[in-house]
Amino acid sequence: MMNFQSCVDIKKEWDIVGARQLGRERAKAIGFGTVDQARIATAISELARNIYLYAGSGVICFETIDEIDRKGICIIAEDNGPGIHDISKVMEDGFSTSGGLGAGLPGVKRLMDQFDIVSDQEQGTKIRTVKWVPQRRF
Amino acid sequence: MRIPILKLHNYLLISIQIDLDDKTAIQFQEDLLNKIHSSGATGVVIDLTSVDIIDSFIAKVLGDVVSMSDLMGAKVVLTGIQPAVAMTLIDLGIHLQDVPTALDLEQGLIKLRQELED
Repeated sequence: MMNFQSCVDIKKEWDIVGARQLGRERAKAIGFGTVDQARIATAISELARNIYLYAGSGVICFETIDEIDRKGICIIAEDNGPGIHDISKVMEDGFSTSGGLGAGLPGVKRLMDQFDIVSDQEQGTKIRTVKWVPQRRF
Repeated sequence: MRIPILKLHNYLLISIQIDLDDKTAIQFQEDLLNKIHSSGATGVVIDLTSVDIIDSFIAKVLGDVVSMSDLMGAKVVLTGIQPAVAMTLIDLGIHLQDVPTALDLEQGLIKLRQELED
């Protein structure tokens, strides 16, 4: 079951900070600990910066996932930019076309539990990534 | 927004206490290099105790400012990196290997003194 979708437009540089702050609040409300809050906020920051840098504008949406046996947060980053030419290339550590560290997308994949990316030249890029609240064991 | 840079003897002290956006980070880089130049400082401590997120961009800016300061003849130590931030950086694949770090401001100043005496 998914609910409470909220979205942040990414149009200017400051929106990167706005998106990660909202994401952190959501993560905290869902029940993530401090370290996972930092992981989620960092992942959002990387996704938002990619939108700003490569597509110019786009949107980041958050969904709370509330299933019977598990809870989590789903982050969807979507843009109508030029698309990613070679997805396997951008998933390599250290690959960057902007002089950055090339840690962005492979980093997001490691920070989160699930990661899906769809991209083409006509429709832009859509990334969907999920983090689950660690289950307590009794 | 500008990050204040304090001078103490021949050291510069900076405590970052805001959520850094890209522009502020770049501005800080420039301000610090200018301040090193005008003050003749030989050591710099950048305290990150209040920073709860460092993404790949901020990490690059911090790593670069250490190398740039080094070129100018000033040693920089990063202090107070929080456990959650350290874990996130390693997940991102960022190791900041050539960057001197210390647990807190006090340890940072001790480290600087040792490095500058060598």
